[in-house]
Order: sequence, then C-alpha cells, then structure tokens
Amino acid sequence: MNARLILRVTGKILILEGFLLWLPLIVNLIYRESFFWSFMGPSLGLLAAGGLLQLVRVRSHNLYAKEGLFITALAWLLMSLFGCLPFMLSGEIPVFWDAFFEMVSGFTTTGATVVSDVEAMSHGMLFWRSFSHWIGGMGILVFVLAVLPQTGGGTYINLMRAESPGPQVGKLVSKVRFTARILYGIYIVMTLIQIVFLLCGRMPLFDSLITAFGTAGTGGFSCLNNSIAGYDSLYIEIVVTVFMLLFGVNFNFFYLLLIGHFGEAFRCEEVRWYFIIVLFSMVVIALNTLGLYGDFWTALRYSSFQVASIITTTGFASWDFVSWPTFSRCVLIVLMVIGACAGSTGGGIKVCRLVIAGKTMNRELKLLSRPRSVVGIKFEGKTLDPAVLRGVQTFLAVYMGILFASFLVVSLDGLSLEATFSAVVTTLGNVGPGLAEVGPMSNFSAFSPLSKLVMSFNMLAGRLELFPILLLFAPSTYIKRA
Amino acid sequence: MYIVIVGDGKVGIELTEQLSKEGHDVVVIDRDPQVVEEVVNAFDVKGLCGNGATYGAQEEAGVGGADLLIAATSADEVNILCCLVARKLGAKRTIARVRNPEYLGQLPFMQEDLQLSMVVNPEFEAAREIARVLRFPSAAQIESFGKGRVDLVEVRIPAGSPLCEARVSELSAGKRKVLICAVQRGEEVFIPSGAFVLQAGDRIHLTASAPDMADFFKTKGLQKARVKGVMIIGGGKIGQYLAQMLTSSGMEVKIIESDEDRCRELAEQVPKAAVIWGDGTEQELLDEEGLDRMDALVALTGIDEENIIISMYANLKKTPKVITKINRNSFAGILGSLGLDTVISPKSISADRIVSYTRALQNSTGSAVKTLYKLVDGKVEALEFEAGEDDGAVIGRPLRELRLRSNLLIACIIRRNKLIYPTGEDRIEKGDRVVVVTANKYLSDLREILQ
Repeated sequence: MNARLILRVTGKILILEGFLLWLPLIVNLIYRESFFWSFMGPSLGLLAAGGLLQLVRVRSHNLYAKEGLFITALAWLLMSLFGCLPFMLSGEIPVFWDAFFEMVSGFTTTGATVVSDVEAMSHGMLFWRSFSHWIGGMGILVFVLAVLPQTGGGTYINLMRAESPGPQVGKLVSKVRFTARILYGIYIVMTLIQIVFLLCGRMPLFDSLITAFGTAGTGGFSCLNNSIAGYDSLYIEIVVTVFMLLFGVNFNFFYLLLIGHFGEAFRCEEVRWYFIIVLFSMVVIALNTLGLYGDFWTALRYSSFQVASIITTTGFASWDFVSWPTFSRCVLIVLMVIGACAGSTGGGIKVCRLVIAGKTMNRELKLLSRPRSVVGIKFEGKTLDPAVLRGVQTFLAVYMGILFASFLVVSLDGLSLEATFSAVVTTLGNVGPGLAEVGPMSNFSAFSPLSKLVMSFNMLAGRLELFPILLLFAPSTYIKRA
Repeated sequence: MYIVIVGDGKVGIELTEQLSKEGHDVVVIDRDPQVVEEVVNAFDVKGLCGNGATYGAQEEAGVGGADLLIAATSADEVNILCCLVARKLGAKRTIARVRNPEYLGQLPFMQEDLQLSMVVNPEFEAAREIARVLRFPSAAQIESFGKGRVDLVEVRIPAGSPLCEARVSELSAGKRKVLICAVQRGEEVFIPSGAFVLQAGDRIHLTASAPDMADFFKTKGLQKARVKGVMIIGGGKIGQYLAQMLTSSGMEVKIIESDEDRCRELAEQVPKAAVIWGDGTEQELLDEEGLDRMDALVALTGIDEENIIISMYANLKKTPKVITKINRNSFAGILGSLGLDTVISPKSISADRIVSYTRALQNSTGSAVKTLYKLVDGKVEALEFEAGEDDGAVIGRPLRELRLRSNLLIACIIRRNKLIYPTGEDRIEKGDRVVVVTANKYLSDLREILQ
C-alpha cells in the first residue's frame, strides 16, 4: 500500500476539518458563549497535524482501490476522534465514549444521541453536531475532491467510490472533480431552498439551519428534546417530509432533471420502487394507527412524516411512535433496514440492492424449475454484470453478519429485546431513534461503554457501506507486501 | 475541449491517457465492459459501454456537443462510420484511424467528401519513422520539424567516446554549431546549459544544420555506415509500407514472413524486395539469410517479446543498426539497458500526432502548434510553433532579453527557407517557425515560453 499517499490525503482531510471547526466557533461568538478554546484548540491541533502530514513526500500519486478504501475509513475514524474533542473540552459531553458516539452519530448522519437534555446544550455545540450531518451526508472526501486541485489523475475515483453509497458508483461528467462539484452544488442549493421554506414557516434561523442540516444529510439531530414534534406545526412537518424524501433520492436523478433528461430521470427504476415503498408504508401505517388518532388524515399526517423520516434514515420524529401498535412499529423496523436510494445521502441497505436481490431470487426460482434456461438480470434497463450481483449478495450477507454479532454484544446490557434489536438496526442503518427505551423521545445514554463503541463501529460501517471499515480492522491490511 | 474516443485499443488508451492528463473532458466508448472499467479506474474520464458507431451510443456520450471525435476501433469501416454519424450529430471535428493500405490512395477523398478532419494510419507513420532512421543510421531516433528541414536527433554516448566528460559548450567548436536540447541520464532528464558535463551512457537529443551534424558525428566517432541492406522480420502492414519506401530509395530489402499466403501477397506488392517464407525467430534461418552481412535489422513481428529477442540476437551478431517495434509501453524503460536504442511504438507516434492536432485546435487565435513530439518517455516535449499576430511579447526582441521559463530551450528558428540556430542576439519574427524543447508540459501557445 502507498502509505505516504494515504497519510498525505488524510492530512488534507484533517486540515479541512480544522477549518470547518471555525463555523461553530463563529456561532459560539455570535451567541457570546464561552467555548472559544473548545473549538479553537482542536482546530489548531487538526491544522498542525494535517500540516505536518503535508510534509510527507509522495513518490507515486496512484490511488488504487485499496488505498481509496483505507483512506476513507481512516479519515472518518480520525475525523470523529478529533471532532468529539469540543464536546469533551466544553464539558457538555465529558466522557470519551459518549462524545465519540455523538460525533460518529453526527458524521455518519445517524442522529442517535446520548444527550438527555438537548435544549440545555450551547448553540455552538448544537451547530457543530448538526453541521457534521451536513458534511457527512454527501461525504467529506467528495468535498475534498471538489475543492482541492487534483494531482493524481483519474485514480481518485477510488476515493469517491469508497465513500459514496451504492453498488455502482459512476461519474456524472468525465472528471471526478466536476462530478464532485455538481453533487455538492445540487446538495447546497437544495439545502438553501429548504432553509428558506422553513424560515417562511416562522421557524427561527438557528433552528432552520439545524433542521435543514439534519434533513439534507438525512441525519436527524434536532435542537429540541421532542424533535420536530416540538414545533407542532403542520407546515413544518410537510416541508421536512418533502425534503427528507428528496434527499433520499439518488442524486443522479436530480442531475438528469437539471440537464433536461426528464424521460430518462423518471424511468429510473430505483426511484420508482422507493416511492412505491414509501406510499405503501404511509397508507398501511395510517390505517393501522386509525384507532389512535381517530381520523384518517391525522393518522396520515403522522405516518407519512415518520415513514419519510425512517426510510430516508433521517430519524426526526413528529410523534413518539413508541406508542404505535406493534404492526406499525414492525413496518418502521423494516424501513430502517431498507434505507434510501443509492447515491443519496441516506443509509440502510439501499432500495436498489434489495430490488437486485429480489430479481436474483426470482431468477434462481426460475432456474429451479427450468435448470437449462439462461436468464439475465436487468436493472435500470441494463443487464447487470455478475460482479455487481456478487457484490450485492456479499453485502447483504455481511450486513446480516454484523447486525447479529453486534446484537449479541449489545444484548449484554440487559435492555428489552425490542430496544436492543432496534438500537442495532438503527445504528447500522444510520437512522437514529429506535424503539422502546431508545425511542425518539429518549436517548442512548443507558448503554454501556462497550455497546456504545460497538454501535459507533456499526454507524461507521453502515455509512461507509461496510467494506472500508472492515478493511481498516482486518489484520491482512497491515501485513507488508500483502 | 470535449473529446469522445471510440474504441479503446492501443492507440485509444494512449490517447485517453494523454488527453485526460492535458485536462480535456474525455468520454470513452468501447464494446468491452472490462476495458471501460479499467480506463475509468485509471484515468479521469467517463466511460460508456456500447457500439460507438451507433446513433444511440454517440448521443449518450454527448457527441452532438463534442469538439472532437476520435474513432480508433480495430476496423477501418467502423471508424469511418463513427465519424459520419458524429458529423451528422454535430461534432465539430472527427479523426479516424484508417490503416488498410487499400484505402490509402483515397485519403483526399475521405478527408474532403466524408468530412474527416484527419486520418491517422499508425502503421504508415511508423514505417515512415523507421525509414527516416535508416537513412541516417547514426541516430537512435529522429524527429523532424518544419516539413523535414530540421531534425532533432537522439544519440547514446558510448563508453570511451570523446564526448564523455565534455562540456556542452565545447561541442560547438569554431564555425560548427551543435545544440544539445535534452539529456537523459538514467531516470532523470536535463535541459542542459553550456556548463553541463556529459557522461558515458547519456542519451542526448541534439540539433544542427545538416553539414554541421555530419561533421559532428564524423569527428566524434559516432558515424555509422550508410545502410544498404535491410532485413525486415515480419511482413505485416508496417513491413510492407517500409519495404516499399526503402526499395524506392534504392536499398536492398529482405522480408522474412511466416505466413505463406502473406508472403505471396508481399511478393506481389513489393516486387523489388526479397521475400522469404520462414520463422524469423529461428536462429538458423537468420544466419542462413545472412544477418551478419546486413547493415540493419528491423524487428516488426506482432509479438513484443519476439522483437526484443530478435533484436538482442542481432546486437550480438554486431548488426550495425537494429530497430525494434514495441506495441506495449509497459516495459519500455528496460529496453535501453538491453542495448536496444531505436525503439518504435506505432501507437505513440499516432497518439502524438493527434495530441498535437488537439493542441493546435485549442488556440485557433495565437500561434498554432504545428508539430509535437514527446521525447524521453514523454518527459520532454519538442514543439514547433508558428509565430503569429498575437505573439507580440516574444516577437522582435533579442532572445537574451526574453525571460524564458526554466527547463526550456529555443532550439531553432525557421525563417522562410533559412535555419537559424539562435544565439542571444537573434530575434523571433512574425511568420517564423520556432522549435522549442521543454520539460514543462502542455504548452499550446508560443507566448507560454515566457515566465
């Protein structure tokens, strides 16, 4: 492996995070809060560490798949480690694993929190927590690719591949750099539009920023203890629902709309399946909770918000859905596993993987009855490469493996089965709230340090699509000449 | 510029690499998904899988808005069809690779009536390059500028040569003016100043007027005898073109080809050459056909390894001039250390031509790039510009007053039919052709030679 290049690129990311810490610092100054050094200290540390790494002399700028995966995993881990320092230094989340859990939850756009009284936190800390959603949503490496001058030729696509979700990552235009810029451009514009809409609903500017960051990154940190339910506004719920669903759509879709290829955009198979699942779940839950709310439209108001929030893996709540009937809660668990579209800012297994898996299953059934028939699998109008099919199957198997292994470890804490299972599913899927003791109005502080670390690992693995993080912890990675 | 490349074979990949590194927006179309995958992983380009000659594939690649389409699939007819479709879709310019000798005669027709901006024939150009080296065997490589009026010649300094330990400034003794443009030493490249000291094993690129060059080679003991008899191993397209060129300039040519039918064809096409049916990789056959009496051997089989082995054997037999054709550049670096000085890569020659064409397109206003060669594994570029209206900054002032970039040298100025090997007192005039050698890459305008 090209260790020098890995260090150099990782250093650049640290420098970038050092500068990003100035944003909450500004918030801190505006609100005249006293945590200047809690932000400035880590920022200077990051700049120094990143600056030192720039002194490493790089012999070859070729970044192969292995380096791409490794840099991604290392960068996310280091970002979370440095990023949690402000929480600890300010004393608002003094214990390391709590702060680390909170930060990982931020960057991975999970939105699960260990803070029981969010409203008591300072504005600077709240901003940093939510801003990490926004950065983590589209990805910090994509950001680096978009802003930094490029030296390594086309091999940097491997960085983007390692960070962007989905089984097939392509480029929108011929250059990685412009692809990254287009993605961030769409992202920024959509975030700004949402902020304007929220401001129109008389939400305060600070709350609008926090909510928009949480929605755009499909994160889910809120500045109220009761999440979106705390605003109790139909208008805000509708705005947030619509934008959550939009951010859960593959960004290629928006690019196709942008360049005027409407037909192509709406033929997108994954997006259609996504909306079919969304509408179906909304109606089903509304019918199931009819008894709780009395009339269908109220039930639909809460069910549609919650379905959008869970399938896009955002994790906002407009109602404490812990009190919903079992069937509705189970639908939510299923949605947590499914997740959003590939190429969006959401997490989970991704709709397209499940569609592909379903088609594979269908083919295998056909082959059972007619063993000699030759059946190809088509997705988005193109026959899929066997390598992609294999990748999807491996992903599903590994996902289940990690899910059940961490389920066992977390169950040692002795919480209810529902809480334990949903906590693992929600962290691996980057959703946020779980059920029972870890429901939307509660938090994750009840877990032991071990469980928090395991769930932090789950969140990173879920956000980076498993393999980069596994590679980082695999012994074979560190054997020379391997 | 927005460039679409159809067919990523040898030339295609070379072009993809060079054009994407020069910062163009490149889209590659190929039939083989694996090739597309590899290209996208290696270079900053977009890949598409499909038949590039179809309307659908070209539309998806955005050919309509493309500045240039390069068709480099293995089939000439497909390439021509690609270009026709691209023109209909609205591509501004098209380049096709056409290599079948049968189409060679109708090039003007194709360029005018089929609206191809350029037709590239890698085999023909490789043959021309080889023929040029054979006419001046002392050089390892020759690059020509100004329609052949100026040559840039590469020579390796052998151990014990009077050039060892010589300063560059000592070479231009008396009236003789020899200009060393670039020196390759191991992995390093220098654009030398007068104080630079040469060593054995250096590969130097130099230019001079024809009499000075001849004098230089004679006095420094680098002269090789004129080539009269040439043995060509492998009678493919390059072999055929080359044999035609050489026999017409009066050399004796012997072609060894292993396919019997092809031999008959060759005998028909190149009546003056002796065609031998046999396996050129057999030592006995080479000996029997008189390798030791030949002045030059050209290894042109389709397999790189065979060419290298044949060339090494010829070196062992003290054949004065050995030329090796290489298709893959993967291990080009080791060939010099094997004593193979003259290595010809057809795909690089074609790619260089297309790249110089795109650079000339890039600035249609200022001084256009007329010729471009890449030397020393692409680390150094030699370019020929025509000084135009907009080059006021460099025109009319003595060269010593110009603040040139580092690692850059003005090798020659061609004014009408006069060659000037410039000193600090010379000036560039409007309409001059200027040959620049530089380690700074991607110059596309004469003004860029200034700091």
